[in-house]
Amino acid sequence: MSRQSYEGVAIVAPYSHPYVRYSVDTAHWWIAKALRGSLDAAGLKPADLDGFCVSSFTLFPDTAVGLTQHLGLTPRWLDHIPMGGASGVVALRRAARAVQAGDADIVACVAGDTNHIDSFRNMLSSFSRFAMDASYPYGFGGPNANFALLTDRYMREYGATRADFGRICVAQRSNAMRYPNAVMKKPLSLDDYLNARPIADPIALFDCVMPCAGSECFLVMSEEEAIRRALPYACLDGAIERHNAHADDPIQLRGGWTMDIDELYAMAGRAPADIDLLQTYDDYPVISMMQIEDLGFCGKGEGPAFVRRHDLTIDGTFPHNTSGGQLSAGQAGAAGGYIGLVEALRQVTGTAGNTQVPAAGCAMVSGFGMINFDRGVCSAAAIISEGARI
Amino acid sequence: MTDPLAPPQKKNPQKRSTSPTRPPELRSRAALGLSAAAAEGRFALQQCSECGTVQYPPRDACHACLGTDLPWRDQDPHGTLLAETTVRTSTRLYFRERAPWRVGSVKLNAGPVILCHIHGDCPREGEVRILNRLDRSGQGVLLALPIERTQNMEDDPVMRSLSCDPNHRRVLVSDGRNPNALALVEHLFKAGAAKVFVGESETWRPNPAGADLAAAGAEVLSLDLTDTASVRQLAGEIGGKTDILINNARFLRPGGALARDDTAFAQQEMEINYLGLVRLAQAFGPGMCARTSDGVNSAVAWVNILSVYALSSDPGFGCYSASNAAAYSLSQSLRAEFRDSGLRVMNVYCGPTEDEWYQLLPPPKVTPAALARSVIAGLQDGLEDVWCGDVAKDIRERWRRDPKILEREMTMGQEEA
Repeated sequence: MSRQSYEGVAIVAPYSHPYVRYSVDTAHWWIAKALRGSLDAAGLKPADLDGFCVSSFTLFPDTAVGLTQHLGLTPRWLDHIPMGGASGVVALRRAARAVQAGDADIVACVAGDTNHIDSFRNMLSSFSRFAMDASYPYGFGGPNANFALLTDRYMREYGATRADFGRICVAQRSNAMRYPNAVMKKPLSLDDYLNARPIADPIALFDCVMPCAGSECFLVMSEEEAIRRALPYACLDGAIERHNAHADDPIQLRGGWTMDIDELYAMAGRAPADIDLLQTYDDYPVISMMQIEDLGFCGKGEGPAFVRRHDLTIDGTFPHNTSGGQLSAGQAGAAGGYIGLVEALRQVTGTAGNTQVPAAGCAMVSGFGMINFDRGVCSAAAIISEGARI
Repeated sequence: MTDPLAPPQKKNPQKRSTSPTRPPELRSRAALGLSAAAAEGRFALQQCSECGTVQYPPRDACHACLGTDLPWRDQDPHGTLLAETTVRTSTRLYFRERAPWRVGSVKLNAGPVILCHIHGDCPREGEVRILNRLDRSGQGVLLALPIERTQNMEDDPVMRSLSCDPNHRRVLVSDGRNPNALALVEHLFKAGAAKVFVGESETWRPNPAGADLAAAGAEVLSLDLTDTASVRQLAGEIGGKTDILINNARFLRPGGALARDDTAFAQQEMEINYLGLVRLAQAFGPGMCARTSDGVNSAVAWVNILSVYALSSDPGFGCYSASNAAAYSLSQSLRAEFRDSGLRVMNVYCGPTEDEWYQLLPPPKVTPAALARSVIAGLQDGLEDVWCGDVAKDIRERWRRDPKILEREMTMGQEEA
């Protein structure tokens, strides 16, 4: 049976609460800030929500359940999505289904994390059971070493150079210079990138994201509701998710997108050439390059040539991670799984301000999450388009 | 090839000792199977008893068929290096102090992909051999080695940290009167020990091996394990330079409880075999624990030479077995007490030895040289449990299969005519 369309669904009120490197506040605080931001943008009160979906790594001991009481919400539809970088697209897709089915009228999707001094280190040791048993004991201080291995293999397999990855990072920094909430505001040249302090060869400082505190939010409702409330909105043309794909590949050179990408384009009635901008999950540039390939913008192994051929900045031939992505705006825990989606929502509703891509009618957003052992397990992607600009 | 370790400088007592740090210890219960195999130096992985799939990381159900009977079985330790990185920084202090180091992913011939440490002599691509070794937290970790031996390969910093190699280290052997003392001394020096101290009780009494011990290069010092003051005094003298302690002291008389009508021998067995260990641990343990990060000659291991009948009594040596059971139990406590420092407790379970007290037992028996070889190899491989001799290996096998059946085998009566 083929997938039903997402028609009739409107995505509104994208809101990013400005990130900071370290915060004394809690995940609850950050989530409240983002939720309030989206509600204010839509002219809604918390009591107007009947659906709530949250992603966060630092809520412990709470989950979405504890947050309902903490934040005074009474949803009839509640979800908690622990998929890291795939959380945004997956949250959107599920909330859209809830709205279509009438299980909820207005769903808030929010992701937020705090970053105390030492909280990143504490999270690493208990990130997953496989990490605890089989990677952390080798000094895998977070995903740096994992992505170093993937990058090493990718370079050997497809002849990519560090400069190819550098092009992605440098373009994103240039985008971040125009995004007011970005944590990293210093210009970055390709030389800076190539000469940076090595972290885990071949990965150096500017291949890595900076953990920070921050939060992101958007609302999902019916098109009628959005129109009735005179809210600019985006439509969901298609969305996919896949977990633990290609488990027999000895090392990850492709993600789960390859299993479902044709269906995504078919569902949206679009082709790669119709996409005006791409937001990939970018905790390291190698995974952005793989997404460019796996999402159909070029063939497998052609990523390096693709980034040499294209200008990935806001005004370039292939606008990519227009808010600077996590590489330059910072990785705010699970909000890192929302940053591209929330920016894409601003883009297609014409509210991106300084980072606005001209004629951004259609955007693709992809997510990638959870280095459970040796690879990322969750992948997701969505195509969204301009519904109404008001 | 690896650069050979340079003999360490004399320690400056005015300088601060580096505090011990440890790699992560936390594991799931399933993953402890790797540590249990590493304790004996085996490379084993979970293998589904239903479908035969070998898997890693350790799971609670087979990812191929959802079977839940996943015994750890020895596997082909070879594989191919897929990718590698040199990590230059870590959030974890232990690794931070040891940066940079190589890690990589290896596709095993047995099937799964592992993440592991990589020996410095491994080429960037190609075949590797995997060792499963205990790290300083006492947990099993995997290390990729080149297929062929390379020069000084044991001196690779990661490999060295995954062993308790006597090379460049100073060792105390507690009992110079034990018939195995001379062999231990000779083999320790052969393995590169910088110094071997040998304890001797009742120094006024002649020791037939004394001259040989001295000739072999050992420094013979007064040590009476039944005397707390004597143990403390020696710890005061050499506790700060004891990197490996081998407790080979033994008091042994045949017979169970009914073989005698007093407790004199039983008491003496407990005094030396059990309380002697307690006294040594109290006197030497804290100092050794504080010196586990001293570099090339850091304190690394505590060795107990036990009778394998500590696990299941041999009634022919019933009281002696009981004293060894007490020492065995204490060794488990010491493992916990030393854990935070990274000091390893290695137990050598020995079958009957080739000496006068086992005169009436038939062979096979353990010679002093065989025991010494087991001790050295165990230290070099960083083991926790060493089974020395055919009898010890046989008892281990029976004990693993069913301790109750072994007990019944060991306690047979005399068959009537």
